[in-house]
Amino acid sequence: MYRYDEFDHDFVQARVAEFSDQVKRRLAGEITEDQFRPLRLMNGVYLQLHAYMLRIAVPYGTLNSRQLRMLAHIARKYDKGYGHFTTRQNLQFHWPALADVPAILADLASVEMHCIQTSGNCIRNVTADHFAGAAADEVADPRPYAEILRQWSSVHPEFSYLPRKFKIAVTGAERDRAAIQAHDIGLHLKKNAAGELGFAVYVGGGLGRTPMVAKKIRDFLPEAELLSYCTAILRVYNLYGRRDNKYKARIKILVHETGVEEIARQIEAEWQELKDTELKLPEADIRAINAYFAPPALSARPEGDALVKQARLDSKSFSEWLDQNVVTHRHPDYAAVTISLKGIGEVPGDVTDSQMEAVADIAEKYAFDELRVSHEQNLILPHVARADLKAVYDALVEIGLATANSNLISDIISCPGLDYCSLATARSIPVAQEISRRFASLERQREIGELKLKISGCINACGHHHVGHIGILGVEKKGTELYQVTLGGSADENTSIGEIIGRGFSSEEITDAIEQIVDTYLGLRLRPDERFIDAYRRVGPAPFKEALYAGETKAA
Amino acid sequence: MKVLTANRLSDGIAVWYADGGWAETVGHADIAYDKAAEDRLEAIGAAAAANNEVLDVNVIDVTIVDGLVQPVRLREKIRAAGPTIHPDLGKQASPQAARAA
Ligand code: HEM
Ligand code: SF4
Repeated sequence: MYRYDEFDHDFVQARVAEFSDQVKRRLAGEITEDQFRPLRLMNGVYLQLHAYMLRIAVPYGTLNSRQLRMLAHIARKYDKGYGHFTTRQNLQFHWPALADVPAILADLASVEMHCIQTSGNCIRNVTADHFAGAAADEVADPRPYAEILRQWSSVHPEFSYLPRKFKIAVTGAERDRAAIQAHDIGLHLKKNAAGELGFAVYVGGGLGRTPMVAKKIRDFLPEAELLSYCTAILRVYNLYGRRDNKYKARIKILVHETGVEEIARQIEAEWQELKDTELKLPEADIRAINAYFAPPALSARPEGDALVKQARLDSKSFSEWLDQNVVTHRHPDYAAVTISLKGIGEVPGDVTDSQMEAVADIAEKYAFDELRVSHEQNLILPHVARADLKAVYDALVEIGLATANSNLISDIISCPGLDYCSLATARSIPVAQEISRRFASLERQREIGELKLKISGCINACGHHHVGHIGILGVEKKGTELYQVTLGGSADENTSIGEIIGRGFSSEEITDAIEQIVDTYLGLRLRPDERFIDAYRRVGPAPFKEALYAGETKAA
Repeated sequence: MKVLTANRLSDGIAVWYADGGWAETVGHADIAYDKAAEDRLEAIGAAAAANNEVLDVNVIDVTIVDGLVQPVRLREKIRAAGPTIHPDLGKQASPQAARAA
């Protein structure tokens, strides 16, 4: 795992000192809210409905047990005993007092964490495949490149006042688990015919009120040119991105309005000026960063097969968990485990202080001290010997985190919505909870198969609803909550934006509507393994519309 | 019918203007029944923000239920009570406040 060097340490410490002073002056009334707001946002402090909110960066979703224990400590000491993992692989605390934020930041800095660039019109936390470094289908670990981007983009003087926020995601596998095509820049690490590493580059993806799928502008960019090329993209965006209207300020709008060919041409032209400059990454530097991400020494543990086989026979629930939450690892004796933060009826992504501590213990004991946060709001143990899976499972059962629902309908992504968020137009968490309860039966969920359900409490789309197989958007209509349903979205290598299926549903109707959609799918799929998204792409919206709205008059 | 609300500077907690100060619950907030009173609340809010006591100042619609002030919009109801998914957190967590909210 990446360790801070002296520069990183000094930089984060200096920022803690600077912001502590700013907080002190704010509390003393020496600076106004208008002056302070941009400063607090630069340090991850938002104001929500009930209190301040603090967003903590988890670079490319990678954590160790020491860091997770510190998050637990902060949750207990300064917050209300829990934290919320988000779709950007970060953690949010919903209740910190402003007066405590300096102490929290100092605690975070002691474990090499911070809140810098978790808000504002800058380059945000770079996200990556949560199975990075472990996935069997990976060409190379994408995290070293995410780290290079982090270093380059941190307080980058030229890119600290962009037209709007800017999000980059990286994957190292064909199967995209990082939703790269929903980002401002998506990078797909791959090898060319000569076996050299480089990236397919996508640009202009994004969600929010104008969802767009990113366009590929380069099929293969040599790895050494990562920064020169990203600089070229950011320069074109910084120069031509709209600053007159914040709803049109993301790069997706620029790409859309300029046209892909023209924007690619502008970027290439800019890049010609940059590519042989000091922005070209020296091979030695790439290898040095890579060394930080060297995989743990995985010794042979061939006894795993027999142990797993026996444990499967002994326990049906272990067997189901194995099928659902455990995936193959590039080392045959190991596996990657998804710890579901989606217990039936629970708040998606929420985890208590004591659960965090227990998970940290498990990671330390069985998983080489490595953890990941997934953009699907779960935690991942990337390297677990198959021989230890039963022990890990038993430990997770004890803390209520062994729900075997990864990728199933109750593995719902949900933003905080109107229960916390000041921008929300409707609640999202209670909808997630009710759907989760309705589909509580694991047998039924497995019968339905892979189904990605995503909910946002307003059009900003923090809950990724546009790219859910089923997406739910909460809006306010005549003073009450109304839920619009989109179908056919997807955030993988075949990213698509869901289509609105028809009129919205009240909070009393929405769960029934979802059930009707699922039943319609079950009735029309060709085979049990035809996934919801594949069936939808085959038949289109008509049968679902018919099921939901048949019998309604045209006027409705 | 309107009341004045904001979030307290030091901890961000939602507060309502009542009896010349900021209360942590909405139930007994000062009510403006006409435009002139509303303007007075606005002025008090602006002054309190300028004085760095509170931020995000707003005048919101309310009604009276069982003798207590209750916000009209769902957003403000949730602000006054706490997250609907956590009855154990926010104002609603203390029984006295729950009645007021
Ligand atoms: C105080 C709370 C939050 C505020 C004020 C906020 C604000 C916003 C806004 C304004 C947008 C739209 C940006 C645009 O279209 O230009 C947005 C998008 C987004 N936010 Fe949030 N958000 C909050 C919480 C969250 C949370 C909890 C998550 C993760 C669960 C999240 C992740 C995202 C994502 C993934 C997008 C859409 C991707 C994109 O940028 O196009 N945000 N947010
Ligand atoms: S989607 Fe809207 S309601 Fe949900 S967290 Fe984002 S801004 Fe808030």
